[in-house]
Amino acid sequence: MKRIIKKQPLAIRWFHWLNFPILAIMIWSGILIYWANDVYWIGFGDTTLLKFFPDSFYKALNVPFHLSNGMAFHFVFMWLFAINGLLYVGYTLISGEWKYLVPNRHSFKEAWQVVLHDLHISKYKPMQTKYNAAQKIAYTSIILMGFGSLITGLAIYKPVQFGWLLQLTGGYEWARIEHFALTIGYVLFFIIHIAQVIKAGWNNFSGMVRGFEVENIKKTEVDQEAVRETET
Amino acid sequence: MKNKPILNEEEKTNRTIRRKTIVSFTVLFAGFALAFGAWRWIGNQEKENEQPKLLRSVLNINEKVNNLFFSENHLAKEYPKSEAVKVARVNGDVGMGEEFNPLLWKLTVNRHHENASDTAFQLTAKDIKALPKREVIFNFKCIEGWNQITHWGGARFSDFMEKYKLGTHSGKAPDINHREDLYKYAALLTPDSAYYVGIDMKSMMHPQTLLCYELNEQPLPADQGYPLRLIITIKYGIKSLKRIGYIYFSDTPPPDYWHKQGYDYDAAL
Repeated sequence: MKRIIKKQPLAIRWFHWLNFPILAIMIWSGILIYWANDVYWIGFGDTTLLKFFPDSFYKALNVPFHLSNGMAFHFVFMWLFAINGLLYVGYTLISGEWKYLVPNRHSFKEAWQVVLHDLHISKYKPMQTKYNAAQKIAYTSIILMGFGSLITGLAIYKPVQFGWLLQLTGGYEWARIEHFALTIGYVLFFIIHIAQVIKAGWNNFSGMVRGFEVENIKKTEVDQEAVRETET
Repeated sequence: MKNKPILNEEEKTNRTIRRKTIVSFTVLFAGFALAFGAWRWIGNQEKENEQPKLLRSVLNINEKVNNLFFSENHLAKEYPKSEAVKVARVNGDVGMGEEFNPLLWKLTVNRHHENASDTAFQLTAKDIKALPKREVIFNFKCIEGWNQITHWGGARFSDFMEKYKLGTHSGKAPDINHREDLYKYAALLTPDSAYYVGIDMKSMMHPQTLLCYELNEQPLPADQGYPLRLIITIKYGIKSLKRIGYIYFSDTPPPDYWHKQGYDYDAAL
């Protein structure tokens, strides 16, 4: 027979799935804006390893010459991104969910063990509560990154009226680089996140949709449990 | 007998699982469909200055929110002379047509709105240079995303308003204590009227807003708007109109070249 194991609270599922299209729009509109001054690349000396972004990428996504459109979407959906994020943080604080999410001093060592395990390098799997240490670090970092996007974004958006934020983020050019790097971070997070979700399987995925996982337990186990219950 | 309640329990659990799975996945897919529909709806919406109406109305709200944080005391950071670039980037040439003789140039100012007659007068470069000279070395920011530390010289727009008693309904010199007498906007146009900006009065009266005639302590190069351009540090470069031909004042937002093409009206930093 089947047993229901509660996973994600309703509020967290809503915040999670609302964030998905909102963040997608923020990244897309951000690319439209970035295109107008696309100066970043990775490399050394005269060697470019990676250009942000190749023309083929722009063409495929119909990016060129949509700066004003990008700005319009970006400065409308920024509100939804911020509000959804703040509500999520508020919810985790009030509900106590943060306790499962915030890493502690053991988390970094354990996260490394999780990584080695997931990459099939080591067989040892550290104990976990709702989330393993690597998840705790990832899910807390992504919130800090969101916060960073708001701060650096506001610094670029109103560099004179929020001059103190501009100072805090290292000036206009640094704020723009940080804002861009955080976005690349989201994309990398997304790729790993999807890979992990696929690896974890359907049951885990539906935990984020219906809020619970289903565990199959053998009939005999149920009987034994029932017996145990009547005994106590 | 012993197994019966467990079976019922099993059935109940199965039903709960089925029901919750169907409901939650339906809500998820309906949500995605709704989001996609909303996306399409926004895209197909009637446009106001090149942006879907919904986006435009939020952008207008953003401007109001920005105004809450605006202060005349918030200055763009200034830099030492040594950090200014030697050659300032030239980015646009709208309104900079070749049929222009700087020797014949005069600035036409209308105390009131564009079509008011008998209130226009003309000034020369000499008149502007007679006003106290100010310099500003700041990080010029283009709406495209680039920025450059540049060094400009000219007269404060507020000094210009003071001297020629401009920007007020009454025709008196502007008085901070009588804000209701101030026009809400100033409009600046190139001599051929091909490029034009509208700027709120608070920003025009900002101490770093200059009627500018020098770059790097030299007369403005032709492509930087010789003989006179605007430098407004608290707006994107699209508002720093080059080669000013006309100035007038208005209570309604004057037409703005880039606003019509889909950008924010205020373009405020």
